[in-house]
Parts: sequence; C-alpha cells; structure tokens
Amino acid sequence: MELEFGPEYDRFREEVLAFLAETPRDVDRRSFLKAATERGYVYRSIPRRFGGSEQPFDPIRESIVAECFDASPFSWRLGPQSTGMLVPTLLEAGSDWQRERFIPPTLLGDFVWCQGYSEPGAGSDLAALRSTARLEGDEWVIDGQKIWTSDADHAGFMFGMFRTEPGADKHAGISYLLLEMDQPGIEVRPLRQITGATHFFEVFFDGARTKADWIVGRRGEGWRVARANLKYERNLGGGPRLRQRFAAVLELARTMRIGDRPASEDSVIRQRLAEIEGHVRCAETMTLRQLSAAARGEDDRVVLPMLVNKLYGTEVGEQIAQLGFDLIGADGLRAPERSTWDAVSTSARDTDWVDQYLFELASGIAAGSSNIQRNVIGERGLGLPRDLRAARARTPA
Amino acid sequence: MHFGTTEEQDLLQATLRRFTSEALPPDRRRALFEAGPQLDRSLWREAADIGLAGLMIPEAYGGAGLTLLDQALAGEVLGESACPGPWLAHALVGLALSLGGSEAQRARWLPALASGECIGGVAFGESGDRWEAADWRVAVESGRVTGTKCHAHAGDETGLFLVGLAGGRVGLVEADATGLRRRPIEGHDRSRALCDLELERTPIELLDARPGLGEPLLDAARVLLAADAFGAAWQMIRASVDYANTREQFDTKIAQFQAVKHQLADMAMAAEPMRGLIWYAAWAFDHRPAERAREAVTAKAHVTDGAVRIGRAAVALHGGIGFTWDCDVHLFLKRAMFDRTWLGSPTAHRARLACLAAY
Repeated sequence: MELEFGPEYDRFREEVLAFLAETPRDVDRRSFLKAATERGYVYRSIPRRFGGSEQPFDPIRESIVAECFDASPFSWRLGPQSTGMLVPTLLEAGSDWQRERFIPPTLLGDFVWCQGYSEPGAGSDLAALRSTARLEGDEWVIDGQKIWTSDADHAGFMFGMFRTEPGADKHAGISYLLLEMDQPGIEVRPLRQITGATHFFEVFFDGARTKADWIVGRRGEGWRVARANLKYERNLGGGPRLRQRFAAVLELARTMRIGDRPASEDSVIRQRLAEIEGHVRCAETMTLRQLSAAARGEDDRVVLPMLVNKLYGTEVGEQIAQLGFDLIGADGLRAPERSTWDAVSTSARDTDWVDQYLFELASGIAAGSSNIQRNVIGERGLGLPRDLRAARARTPA
Repeated sequence: MHFGTTEEQDLLQATLRRFTSEALPPDRRRALFEAGPQLDRSLWREAADIGLAGLMIPEAYGGAGLTLLDQALAGEVLGESACPGPWLAHALVGLALSLGGSEAQRARWLPALASGECIGGVAFGESGDRWEAADWRVAVESGRVTGTKCHAHAGDETGLFLVGLAGGRVGLVEADATGLRRRPIEGHDRSRALCDLELERTPIELLDARPGLGEPLLDAARVLLAADAFGAAWQMIRASVDYANTREQFDTKIAQFQAVKHQLADMAMAAEPMRGLIWYAAWAFDHRPAERAREAVTAKAHVTDGAVRIGRAAVALHGGIGFTWDCDVHLFLKRAMFDRTWLGSPTAHRARLACLAAY
C-alpha cells in the first residue's frame, strides 16, 4: 500500500495549479476549456482530430485535474449528457463524419445536447419505449413523447432512442438517432419538480424530422449503441462529493444553536455526525480503491464497489440531507428561496437545506432507481438469479 | 500510488483461508464452539506452525515482521472462519513488546510468543465500562500492581497478560505471578475467552520504552476488532446467499423474490465499503501517526455496528432455522457482537471520534 502519488504527480499538480493561477478570472468557459485542452488537462481520452487532447491513459492525472479545477473559481464542467454520453457514444459507434461534425463543438459547449430516452411508459423498463421514427425519403419522421428531459429548453440537439423496426423484438426494434430541437414538429413543456423548480421537461414529437444519416450505428442497433458508452463511464464513487457535503452539514451544526450552545456540542447531533462520517470515510476509501485499481488496470478487483457506488451515495446523501433539515429547526417549515440544481448547498441560507432535503429524492430515482440498483448488486455482485424481467423481453403492443 | 492489497498480502489471506477450511471444517468449528473457550491446543499449534502467532513480531525474534495491515487481513480470515482462540490478544501482546519493550524484555518473551509456545492475553477494561487508556486506574507501586481488570481477553492457557495501567501505561504480568487470580466469564461468543483479573501486589514488568503505549495499542485492537467483524459479516452474507439459492418456498428458490434479493443487496452494500476503511485505519497505524486514533475509532464504531446489523438481517433471512442453535449463523453473529462490545460500544467510539475530529 502506498498513498503518495509520487514526485511526478506532485509536479503535475503544481503545473495545473500554476495554469489556474495564470488564467484571468473573467475568462469565459469556452476559452477556458480551449486552453485546458491545449495543455492536455481535459478530454484526455479524445483524439486531437475530434477536438480532444489525446493523452495517455492516466486516471490519477485525471483526478488531479478534476480536483484542482473543481476547487477553482472557473466553471468548466459541461452537461453530463453532452460530454459524458453523446461524445463517448459517437467515439464508440459513430461514423467519422458524425464525430468530426458533432464532437468538437460539443466539447466547447457550442452544441448542447439533451437525452431522449425515458418515456411515460418506459422508465426502469427503458426498452419498452414507444416513440417511433419512420424513414420517408431521406428523412426520419418522428412521433411520440419523451419525458424527464433535462436541458430540453435550451439544448440545440437531442440524441435518443426511437422504435424504427415495427414487429421486431423489444430490444432489436430500436435505433439511435440525432436530431435538432428547434423545429416545428417538436414541443417542449416544462415539468415542475418537487422542489418547485423547473429543470426537466416533456418533449412531444409530432412529425418531427431528422436526416436519414443522423443515425448512430445501424437500424435496430440503438439499444446496443446506447449501452456502448457504459465502458467509458468510470464512476469512481462519490467520496469527494460526500466529503464536501459532510463538511457543509458540520459547518451548519457549528452555526445553529440548541439552547445556548452550538448544535455541534449536543451529544445526539455529535452521534449523528460521527455515524455519517463513518459512511463518508467508507465512500472516500472506496473511491481511493477504485482510482488505484483503474490506474493499475485492475478493475476486476473493484467490481462490487463499482456496483454499489450509486446506491451507497444515495443512502449517505439522504442521511446528510436529513441531518441538515433537522438542524435548521423551524426554518424547515419555510419554502426555500431558490432552488439549486447541483444540490451542493453551502448553507448560505438555512432554507437551502429544505431544498436539498427535497432534491435528494432525485438521487434514488434518476439514472437507475435504487431498487434497480439492488437488482444489479444482487445479480451481478452476489450471483443471485435474474428476476422476471428477462423473461418479458417482448415487443410492446 | 496503490490503495489495495499486494500479492504477498493476497497470498497471506489465501494461505490462511486454506488453513481454516482444512483445519476448521464446519463440524469441528461447531464442536469447538460447544466446548467453549478452552483452547484447542492442536488447532493453536497447527496455526502457529504456519506463522499465525508471530505475524507482527520482528523477524529477529522469530516472527514474520509484518504490519498491522497484514495482521488485519489475517484477522478478517479469522473472523470469517470464527476461528477460536485468543489470536487478537496474542497479537497485541507481541505488538506491545515490539513497540514498548526493552531489549531484554523483547529477548525474553518475543521468541516464545512468535512460536506460539507462550500465549498472550489482554487486560484493558475496568469496572463500569472503563476502556479508554485515560480512564485506567489500576496503578503500579514499587513494581507491583493491585486492582481488578475486567473483561480481559484471556483464558486458562494464557501465559502472559498485557495489563493497562493508570497514566495510559502498560505492563506485563506472568500467569504464575503471585497475587494473580483469574475469574472466567461465560461469554456468548464461545470462540473467545473472557475473564476478570484480580491483582494483589502482583509483580509487573512495565513496557516503558515508548511512553503512553496504551492508546496506540487500543487503536491497534480497534482495527483488529473491525477486521474480525468485517470477516464475520461477509461470511454471514455468503451464508445467506447460499441459503437463498437453496431454500424453496412457493415452488421457487427464495433468491428469486425481490424482497430477498434486495435485502441481500443492502447487506453487501453496507459491507463492501468497510473494506477500505479498515485498510486505511490499519495503514495509518503504521504510516500516519497523526491520523491513527481518528481512523481507528471510526473503523471500530462503523464496522462493528454495521456487522451486527448485517448479522441480524442474516438471521432473519434464514427464517426459523436461523433462530436455532444448529444454524451456524449465530457463531458469526456472536463474533460480531463481541467485536462490537469489547473495548466499548459504537456510541462510545463515536463520541470519541466527535472529540478527535473537533466537531
């Protein structure tokens, strides 16, 4: 066991910090990303000809960059749909013209993407989706509805799955299409969330159109294409995020008072903080295990951590939010003054914790609900038999 | 950077697993549990012969010269096999001598401890759940000690007692010393012996080469308790998975039911993140003294608490059979219950974490 990164990485960290220190405070995100790409700090796995920096695989350098950038005043992260999903999918399954045309502007935030997967009748059972696309001449004509679509109000493009092969089996009848959002056949309606804010939308298609060659992979391969980016998805777990949120709730406990003492001196609150910190240390060390395994090409040693990451983050995040909500006392009756999307409250206002307590509910629902996570842990992690959904892989009516 | 086990450490665990599966098949484990905590000399000898008695003792004294992390990895296997014997106490006595013994004291005792010829026991607690080194009151006067240490982890076979003393010091008392009386306690975990230790002007050898040794030794013990509970917890999860894949109700294996699958998934989700917590705490003991105490109390509180919860869920998953003496789950549950209670509850350890972390 060796937890020092070593002098080579210490130098790299200094270099990154120097870059950040030299960057003017008022730089826009586009210029910042451009400069960071030229220096080889971001888009490391993406070839230069598609706008990436094409660096040797090194998860430790990646994590150093992310840590330094996140602690800087610069906004650098683009929507996860764009760089986390669309770009890897095109790299894996797209044609060269699609990569050249779509990836470079996406990396700089010029092209913003939304994801057209979920439908009212297709949530956990995503392959039950019913929206259709049929080829008419050199265009696909799209009808149907998508839901829970983040950023649909300002995204210029959508990538999504549509049923193109009537009569084919459930998973075999789907194609992966790209389309422009600004067109007459598309209507976007906001959905008001439990927090009162609006961050996702319903998207209705009524004869919307996209070009015939805006298909990724071949007809009927959409399910496979959509899953192709999974191998790029290296979720190292929520250690740093949970530590940040624990620090926020600890700060809140020091600020709030119970009687005439800080809440952080109350024995019950101290017990709750210490119990949560046990979980946070678990999450942090689990992240460290995965980073180490990734750097050494030993992913097979961290299969179970990779499977439990999401559910564990949800459960620990819930405990933090619950404690924060309790700590604000009667302010927990008030409506929040604003609604955050990133949900990392810095406790600027007590009622942010109301918002956070409500927002935390999304964690157990979005991107694979907690009960689906439990199926996956049980089946892939513990070797338990698959449940009934495997037997029901037929085409929806 | 490498946060994981080395090939040597994997080999250590594999060797021990092979040993426990051969030397301790389920029927023998059950028979030894029935017999209670009197040491099975042949099992002790077999384990000592493969080096288990001297993992952390320096090579110069016949040990393997390994770290607390290695001992914790071994402890995980002891927990998952509910291996009987005072292994944890024995390891601590060797560690105490290695860290705080004079040259003469080391030469006198370490070789016999490393070979397993002399068996160590640990007497830290005092009445009223006083486990912390700062709370120890039994004191030394002119090389002799008088008072009662409670819930010592030691049995009939113990040859050398590590005793916690006022001022956070520690010393060694030989089993045949004058004025020493051992009153056995019948514990629920019959794989590990407990006793109260009465000392009446008993000669004691202070281990003072490193002052204030009590606290670090408690921290090492906390890490080893966590490792033991972690091993027991995973064993109970594996047993529950096997049972769910075998037991049929409503004409199907109960593992097919999502309620069962989800309960098992929750148990695995609670257990797996503990692995790195224990590694880090053990590693910090050897390499980051400033972080040692905080990591150790966190691991002890979190892992032993969680392991008992996992154990209780494992009993529930086994249904009626899980509630019987014949089902092995209770061996591991009681192991975890021992780990949870000995040296103080999760509540006490979380209170200590709150102080150490300056909430």
